[in-house]
Amino acid sequence: CRGAATGSTRTTAGPAWPSPARTTAWSPPTPASPSDTTSSRASTPRSASCKADKCVIASSGFQGDIKALQKNLAARELLYQHQHNKRMSCPAMAQLLSNTLYYKRFFPYYAFNVLGGLDSEGKGCVYSYDAVGSYERTGYSAQGSGSTLIMPVLDNQLKSPSPLLVPARDAVTPLSESEAVDLVKDVFASATERDIYTGDKVEIVVINKAGTRREYIELRKD
Amino acid sequence: FFSKIPSVPRLSSNVQLQLLSWNPYVTGNSVIAMKYKDGVIMACDTGASYGSTLRYKSVERIKEVGKHSLIGGSGEFSDFQEILRYLDELTLNDHMWDDGNSLGPKEIHAYLTRVMYNRRNKFDPLWNSLVLGGVKKGPKGDEKYLGMVNMIGTHFEENHIATGFGNHMAIPILRGEWREDMTFEEAVKLIEKCLLVLLYRDRSSINKFQIAKITTEGSTIYPPYALKTNWGFAAFENPSKGAVGTW
Repeated sequence: CRGAATGSTRTTAGPAWPSPARTTAWSPPTPASPSDTTSSRASTPRSASCKADKCVIASSGFQGDIKALQKNLAARELLYQHQHNKRMSCPAMAQLLSNTLYYKRFFPYYAFNVLGGLDSEGKGCVYSYDAVGSYERTGYSAQGSGSTLIMPVLDNQLKSPSPLLVPARDAVTPLSESEAVDLVKDVFASATERDIYTGDKVEIVVINKAGTRREYIELRKD
Repeated sequence: FFSKIPSVPRLSSNVQLQLLSWNPYVTGNSVIAMKYKDGVIMACDTGASYGSTLRYKSVERIKEVGKHSLIGGSGEFSDFQEILRYLDELTLNDHMWDDGNSLGPKEIHAYLTRVMYNRRNKFDPLWNSLVLGGVKKGPKGDEKYLGMVNMIGTHFEENHIATGFGNHMAIPILRGEWREDMTFEEAVKLIEKCLLVLLYRDRSSINKFQIAKITTEGSTIYPPYALKTNWGFAAFENPSKGAVGTW
C-alpha cells in the first residue's frame, strides 16, 4: 500500500569528521572559539525521536512505517543497553538502522531517515539514508518532500567542495551553533513557501557535549 | 473464495495481490470525538450504507471496551464487528489474570494499531478508521486519552478526532472552537454543530445520532436522537420557480 500520511522535510547541518572540532556548550561561545561541533536537526514534531542520549533519528515518509521502525530501533537499543551496560554510540546506531532497513529490502519501510548525534570522539555526525538502508556519513543532509528545495541551498551555504577534488576536502565549513540553527530556520521557511507538505511547525534538536535541547518554531500554516 | 485468503501474499502474482486488498461493502460514516473536562465524548450517526444504498439505519458504531474505553468505528462494518471480537478476547484474557489490573485506552489503542498495521503489511487490511477514547487513573491522576488508527496503520493521539468526511468538515470547526476543560453541555453543543454540518453536506449521513461519553465513573451510550435541520430557504420553496418553461 502506498503510504498516505507523508511527513515533510528533515534536514541536518553540522561539520563533518575529520575536521578538527572543538566542542563547546550551547551557551554563548567565547570569542576565541569560532567553531563549535554542534549537530542540529529539524523535523516535524511527529517523527523525531531520541535514541541514546547523543543520537537522534528524524524520519520522513509513511507514518505507520516510521512508528514501527522507530519502535523497533528503540527496542533494539534497550536490548543493547542490557547486554553491554552502555548506551549505543551514534555510529553503532547508524549501522543498526541500515541493517534494519535492508532486512525489509523486498517490502521496505517507506521511511527516509536522517540520523544525527555525536560520535565516540565527541564530534558531530550526520548519517543520511534511503528507504532500503544505503547510508553515508555526511556533514549535512535533507530528506523528505522538501529535500530537493533544501539540499541545493545547504550545498551553497555550507560551501560543499567538489567530490572530484584530490585530496578529498571536508564536506562543510565549520559553523557556530547559532549560525547552524539560523540556517536550519531559513531553509525550512524557504521550503515551506513552495512545498505543500512542509509547514505548520518545525522541531529543531541541538546536540552537543552539554546535552540535547529542542525548540519548536512556527512556520507558515497555509 | 474470500475465506481462503492466504496469510502470506505470493509476490509473483499481481492479480492475487489485488484481490487481497479488496473493496468495502457495508460502510459506516464519520465518527467525531473530543476530550472534555470530565473525560471523552464520542458521536456518530447510526447508518450503514451498502454502496449508495442506505441499507441499515439503526447500527451502533460506538461500543464500550473494558472498563475505561470507548471505540468508534467507521468503514467496513463487518471488520468493525471482527475487531470487537478481538477486543473481547483481549479484555477477557486480561480479566482472567485476575490481578486487579485492567487495560486502559492507551493500551487498547496500541494493540489496535499493531493489528491494523500488521494486516496492512499482509495486504489484507481491516477497512476501518477507529477512534479510541477513554479515561484511566495514571500516576498523574485521571488521564484522558483520545486517539485514532486507520486501515493502513497511521495512528496518533489528539484532543479531537474525526474520521471520514469529518476530517474535512468537522476538524476545522473543532480546531477553531475546542477548548480545554469544556463542560459536558458545551462539548455536546460543539459536537452537534459538527454532526449538523456532516448531515447537510455528507450524502451518506442520516439524521439519527448517538452520543457516548466516558468518565472515571464509567461510560454512557445515550439512545439515538435526531437533530433539528433547517431547509426553509427561499430557493427550496419552489425550486422550479425560475425555470423557463417545462418539458
